[in-house]
Amino acid sequence: MRQHDPGAAGTQVTAGPPATPRDRRDRSRDRRAGRRAAADNRAAYAFLTPWLIGMLVFTIGPMLFSLYLAFTRYDLSSAPEWVGLANFERMFTTDPRYFDSVKVTLTYVAWSVPLLLAVSLGLALLLNRGMRFLTGYRALFYMPSLIGGSVAVAALWRQIFGEEGIVNKALALVGIEHTSWVGDPNSALHTIVILQVWTFGSAMVIFLAGLRQIPRELYDAASVDGAGALRRFRSVTLPMLSPLVLFNLLLSVVNAFQAFTSAYVVSNGTGGPSDSTLFYTLYLYEQGFAQLNMGYAAAMAWVLVLGLALFTGFLFLSSRYWVHYGDER
Amino acid sequence: MSAHATAPVRGPRQVGGPRRPGRPRRPLFGNRPTRSPLLRALVKHSVMIITLTLMLYPLLWMFGASLRPDNQVFTTLGLWGSDLTLDNYAAGWSGGDQLNFSRFFLNSLTITVLSIVGNLLACALTAYAFARLEFRFKKTLFALVIGTLLLPYHVTLVPQYILFNQLGWVNTILPLVVPKFLATDAFFIFLMVQFIRALPSSLDDAARIDGCGHWGIFWRVVMPLSIPALGTSALFTFINTWNDFLGPMLYLTEPDSWTVSQGLASFLDATGQSAYGSLFAMSTLSLVPVLGFFVAAQKLLVEGIATSGLK
Repeated sequence: MRQHDPGAAGTQVTAGPPATPRDRRDRSRDRRAGRRAAADNRAAYAFLTPWLIGMLVFTIGPMLFSLYLAFTRYDLSSAPEWVGLANFERMFTTDPRYFDSVKVTLTYVAWSVPLLLAVSLGLALLLNRGMRFLTGYRALFYMPSLIGGSVAVAALWRQIFGEEGIVNKALALVGIEHTSWVGDPNSALHTIVILQVWTFGSAMVIFLAGLRQIPRELYDAASVDGAGALRRFRSVTLPMLSPLVLFNLLLSVVNAFQAFTSAYVVSNGTGGPSDSTLFYTLYLYEQGFAQLNMGYAAAMAWVLVLGLALFTGFLFLSSRYWVHYGDER
Repeated sequence: MSAHATAPVRGPRQVGGPRRPGRPRRPLFGNRPTRSPLLRALVKHSVMIITLTLMLYPLLWMFGASLRPDNQVFTTLGLWGSDLTLDNYAAGWSGGDQLNFSRFFLNSLTITVLSIVGNLLACALTAYAFARLEFRFKKTLFALVIGTLLLPYHVTLVPQYILFNQLGWVNTILPLVVPKFLATDAFFIFLMVQFIRALPSSLDDAARIDGCGHWGIFWRVVMPLSIPALGTSALFTFINTWNDFLGPMLYLTEPDSWTVSQGLASFLDATGQSAYGSLFAMSTLSLVPVLGFFVAAQKLLVEGIATSGLK
């Protein structure tokens, strides 16, 4: 990492008097190097102090405390009461809304992530080669990813997919009548899927950067071998881009699992209609902070952590079979 | 929830650089010689423009609706109504129905500025140690950074609330700001470590010979050269903080200390159809800083590369 040889400074200084015996010079150099290493060590921990405190106080400490809370009943006013596995039992056996929230979240991930990847990859391919106004297009496509998580856009979404929203106004032009999309349990979740897909720009920018790195020679070689456009895409573009597909997949899955603001605002904080937008995070918030079942919320959080860890672990394992890192060439 | 930082951070040295001129450009699709390049360009640009129009129309419509009188907000699919008025902006800003947006904007701004300062400072310090220094347990500690990178925030949500509640920090901005000064967002540490590692260490050595210690190297060499990474981090801290809703909702309970996000959300809760004009007006205003910062930071990123003295 550091190209700097710890002995270099010592050599420079002690190189002066040529009569100095070699071993003494070496010892002096070692001492200097040792002092430097100790000084580096001290300096490093000085630089790391804020992070170490933050790590202990705001991450590791709370994680351990939350693990303990997961086995208790706690409502903030009285001391936590140890209940063993009761929270988990309730989650997996007697709480139908918990299952709803899992179902809603998985449905959301299953729709939004593939759609987002497909749209971002498709547009990146179109934008890639020799396009005028590329930077302008790129910036405009990127814009929604900056504001997609805001209350303002979620509130706007609720209006445009509402009873008198512009979606229904546009549909009315072609003679289709429809009630509110956010008020219908069959379509409410999909309006939020659309909101997530709307923010495809950040993934697209990553794909664009990756496409730039693919050596042109590969396409030339494929063409010489008689590969058509589709074959070039499948045998050159996709394998070369696969590390970024994995990266974007991981990011969008993690983002989708943690969606909160859009669901909260579109459903007015209820997860409705009839729990059709009751995201995991929304239900966790409701349990922890509206009903003050903080033990239950902590248990939910840990199940989410384990679920996500399993999911990402599986992704990484499977990546051995479909991600190409280009070192086999 | 969080806009993850995915803007291209340009390294200090552009590897590869722009495409070499004079080589034939071979498109991925539609490479049939029978189709003219002009037609192909036309098709591509049409696809782009139609997609962009569909994507951005809701935003434009919102802007248009914010300029219409309240009773005309939902009457049209078009962008402009017959009368244009700034009443909605005036009503939202001055706080007709206890929703005082000038106050909310000020609160959001305070929290955002403090968060940016804290995040940049704390994460840069941490990143410098990981990128430039050798120390004991370095590998283990860096594994911790990576480990927290993918950690869902939910797992610390409840215990952090309990902690801040015990400290008596609820209904102050401290729970939202103090963690930023302690580098709790691993993503920015990671981003800066990657960037600082790519800076040539010969500059450090030169500074060391000139008598700089680590503190001097950090401030005088590494920080100025890291402007592109700092700019990117500032942009994303800004967006994450400005858009944050869950955090303020948990910790800022008095309407006087609300942020813009909370103000907008309470519009939806409290008021009926009649206030949609003001909602759209304040929503539009709330998006302006984000988009403005994006444009400004893009420039900064480019200038950061131009002025870094490394070509």
